[in-house]
Amino acid sequence: MIEVKGVHFTYPNGIEAVKGISLTIENGEFVAIMGQNGAGKTTLVKHFNGLLKPTKGQVLVDGVDTTKVSVATLSRNVGFVFQNPDHQLFSETVEEEIAFALRNFGFNGEIIEKRITWALNLLALTQYRKTSPFMLSGGERKRVALASVLAWDPKMLIMDEPTIGQDYEQKEKLRQFILQMKTQQKTVITVTHDVEFVAECNPRVLLMREGKIIADGEAGKILTDREILAQASIVPPQIAQIFLELPTLNLPKDVINVYEAQKILLNLLEKGAK
Amino acid sequence: MAVIETKNLTYTYPGGTGPSISDVSIKIEKGEFTLITGPSGCGKTTLCRCFNGLIPHFYQGEMKGEVTITDLNVTEHPIYEIARHVGLVFQNPENQLFALSVEKDVAFGLENLGVPREEMRKKVDWALQLTGIYDLRERAPHELSGGQQQRVAIASVLAMQPQVIVLDEPTSFLDPLSAKKIFEVIREMNRNLGITVVLVEHRLDLTARYADHIIIMDKGNVVLDGDPHEVLRSEEARLIGVGIPKATRLYQMLGKDGVKLGDTVPLSSGEIAKLLKEAFKSR
Repeated sequence: MIEVKGVHFTYPNGIEAVKGISLTIENGEFVAIMGQNGAGKTTLVKHFNGLLKPTKGQVLVDGVDTTKVSVATLSRNVGFVFQNPDHQLFSETVEEEIAFALRNFGFNGEIIEKRITWALNLLALTQYRKTSPFMLSGGERKRVALASVLAWDPKMLIMDEPTIGQDYEQKEKLRQFILQMKTQQKTVITVTHDVEFVAECNPRVLLMREGKIIADGEAGKILTDREILAQASIVPPQIAQIFLELPTLNLPKDVINVYEAQKILLNLLEKGAK
Repeated sequence: MAVIETKNLTYTYPGGTGPSISDVSIKIEKGEFTLITGPSGCGKTTLCRCFNGLIPHFYQGEMKGEVTITDLNVTEHPIYEIARHVGLVFQNPENQLFALSVEKDVAFGLENLGVPREEMRKKVDWALQLTGIYDLRERAPHELSGGQQQRVAIASVLAMQPQVIVLDEPTSFLDPLSAKKIFEVIREMNRNLGITVVLVEHRLDLTARYADHIIIMDKGNVVLDGDPHEVLRSEEARLIGVGIPKATRLYQMLGKDGVKLGDTVPLSSGEIAKLLKEAFKSR
């Protein structure tokens, strides 16, 4: 569980990026944090594994104050995948990259081998096992960064823009993996601009603007609220837009999923035909 | 007239186990807005690198076939010559920015062309304003966020007003509203100045509506090439793993249920909303 209590954060250059945030994220929750560039999303999540410590207020991870423990200790439970994989990758081969943290956490050779094979397979990287991460495409490097964190099986996973450069199939796999983590009572927190991905995953959504949280609730409710979305520089997902453009049909307001839209429209069309 | 043309283009990176693109023959006409898409690792970025001579001049490796850009055969002309005609915005803006200030980065290409100072000033300010970073002009690019850096990379290319702009997922770090604004700026330059645009994107929900031409790649090959309304109609596009727009998907799903919404496949919410309104009216 993550508890954020009245947190403020000011960078050394004087910019206050987080301005008084309080929130609780329970185990097994899937949360998407969205909002304008520079709203403080990345700054906020960096508090969850102790990379940043609050200037004011307190962050508790499973009841432990992040200022009282090292980032290394926190990372065992809280995995962090950066926005730009090039800030994270440094090994000669993909395999080495994944093995690095596992060795640091003291796993034995046999387990390391199993975890590497598992993570490579999960992220469709098996063929690149012996390849240098820097030979790979942007989307593939992003997956290597994700694999290296998933391999140590953290209880909480924080991903900053995980869908950048990913095609539809990879996004779908990521979505299924997140759902699986949820069933294991693991927490997944993602910072993302990808409204279509969020619409398909249906998580709890936090909208941020200028260092504050301006909305917190179900994806269906928030991603269809044009006014609040505009404040956070978000465009509604395409299904929501379609429904918003048909005001005279009295369609339900919180639809963001294509299958649900199909069902509702079919029903209405059949009724109209009778 | 074709501005970009490839004939049986096959390319293998140095040390690569097989070709990254094979037997690609495409034509991009002057003034077109072309969208290139396909699954991760399908060769989109590699193809773009052929459009400004980075392949074969910088990356070397083994290239077969022909690439002609604005009538220049890329193997016979150096990068700096091709760069006058083709501006490339990379996937990762960090690989592109190097100057000490945003303004200098945006001015760099113009300086190299020897554009007079006054004119340069005008072009730089114009590009900074279009991309919404005028207030950041004195900041150091490496201090900016990923989204801001992407705007700088786009501004540096727009300032040059080249004949062709090639953009490789240029707005991936930007928030949706900013991304939309940037795509609209690019679309306007395409319409008003006749600049040929080649855009590489996975997110067709955001971009399909701007395209006159779409090329879908898979495993190094071009598998579909044509008018977006035609190409995205085919079931194949979805099966390859291309994230077709939700509006298109909804149209296809309703079609399978026996609801025919006209012959033109919708690519945006506006297009399908119009078709739905008509369907409801006629019932």
